[in-house]
Amino acid sequence: MQLDQLYQEIILDHYKHPKGRGLREPFGAEVHHVNPTCGDEITLRVRVEGDTISDVSWEGQGCSISQASASVLHELFTGHTMAEMMKAHSAFVELMGSKGQVEPDEAVLGDAVAFAGVAKYPARVKCALLSWMALKDAVARVEVSS
Amino acid sequence: MTTVTIPEGMPQYDDVPRFDVDRVRADFPILTREVNGHPLVYLDSANTSQKPRQVIDAMAEHYARHNANVARSVHTLGTESTVAYEEARAKVARFINAQSADEVVFTKNATEALNLVAYSFGSKLRPGDEIVISEMEHHSNIVPWQLLCERTGATLRWFGLTEHGRLDESNVDSLINERTKLVSIVHTSNVLGTVNATARITNRVREVGALLMLDCSQTVPHRGFDVVDYDVDFIAFTGHKMLGPTGIGVLWGRAELLDEMPPFLGGGSMIETVRMTGSTFAKAPARFEAGTPPIAQAIGLGAAVDYLEAIGMDAIAWHEKELTAYALDALSTVDGLTVYGPRVPVGRGATLSFALDGVHPHDVGQVLDSLGVEVRVGHHCAKPICDRYGVPAFTRASFYLYTTTEEIDALVRGLDQVKRMFRR
Repeated sequence: MQLDQLYQEIILDHYKHPKGRGLREPFGAEVHHVNPTCGDEITLRVRVEGDTISDVSWEGQGCSISQASASVLHELFTGHTMAEMMKAHSAFVELMGSKGQVEPDEAVLGDAVAFAGVAKYPARVKCALLSWMALKDAVARVEVSS
Repeated sequence: MTTVTIPEGMPQYDDVPRFDVDRVRADFPILTREVNGHPLVYLDSANTSQKPRQVIDAMAEHYARHNANVARSVHTLGTESTVAYEEARAKVARFINAQSADEVVFTKNATEALNLVAYSFGSKLRPGDEIVISEMEHHSNIVPWQLLCERTGATLRWFGLTEHGRLDESNVDSLINERTKLVSIVHTSNVLGTVNATARITNRVREVGALLMLDCSQTVPHRGFDVVDYDVDFIAFTGHKMLGPTGIGVLWGRAELLDEMPPFLGGGSMIETVRMTGSTFAKAPARFEAGTPPIAQAIGLGAAVDYLEAIGMDAIAWHEKELTAYALDALSTVDGLTVYGPRVPVGRGATLSFALDGVHPHDVGQVLDSLGVEVRVGHHCAKPICDRYGVPAFTRASFYLYTTTEEIDALVRGLDQVKRMFRR
């Protein structure tokens, strides 16, 4: 088992220097998701203007995978359209469920391709998905309230 | 020449018990395997222990030669199975100095044993009655009592913890009072390692006429435990943490208490007679063992008890004390590491939980695993302890009779690697 496949430099870098951290105003929806088996948690706010995600802000505690994942989300989707986000979201969920059998598309996933190695560690997949599921939940709430 | 006179009444300690860890390790087949290219360093025995060849063989032998259902067959195999099952019960009874094997109820685990008491003893509780637990409990000694209090309107109260990971007994006299029906606390903490001193609590329990239950899941595997000495009313423990298989646990209770308690689960084996209009129930322990019990598992647990007795519980406790002293010392050399729980090897078992500055336990556990070092990470089914100390999760290393000081060194080397990787 190659540890550096799991902890790629990009992941460690996002963990050590998180992007978009800190809850910001204004926002369209805020969600709080937890990982009951390990106690990882994230509070995530999303702001949507028209068809564009104008901010993803977050605060959380947990392992490097879960925290880096939230940082990547911020970088990946701030200023991007909902359609782009949904496409990347599907690709990421598919990648995480692939047990390492899917080749990730960097054009769609950006820095999130670094999480490809996580898919080989079943116990850690839920860490990577925590913030992604929170984002999807938050976006759905914005749509309901608007 | 001066003579040292030991004052009368002072204990004369035995010599260090004989103990050969290499010989013990040779009995555990799994300890020879590699994990991720490194020799296995198994530091998760508080989670589940490894099994010696003697236990594995006893269970295989049962299935290969004697398998049949118990307590209902006149044939030879049925008789052999029944005898083996009841012999296992007798071994367990002797191991904890129960006054009769009938005081030993086999359950599927310690959780079921605790639930059995909460459901069965607890069924007579009324609003105004009180149950006392502590902040140090495993979820299995919290949730059943919460559910009981919801069902009956009784009130749940609890001991707090001191900064150093011991029970805060300062309010014992008000916490345990004439409304208290049962006090159920952990004897050895699965997170902090604390071995609770129970004398003050027992005294107070007797004063007010309540009952005392101890969760001994982390005690019985590691040191001699005598239910008469401890003057306790119920204890729960589990087979798989004491070299036995999963799927078997033990409730020990005083005979007169068990005989008064209503059944927990209904079904075969637990009845005296059944009519369509109603049933009467067998005496304990059968009353609490509805359905086909975990037969091979009981036999495996009996073999585990034989193994532990052959090594000697004093020798095991001594070995673990040496390991604990060594580990507390070794971990204190790791910069940024905080041990939660007693920091001296006194009144504590061989379970050490710690936090490493700036690194989440999941990451600690993952890097250690890549080096073959298996520890537990997370909240350890004891979230109130995490809340008490304001820590979201712990890394836990726990030792047993087969653990060596070299393995503790491997842990410390692994932690250095963790720090190099994650320190910001």
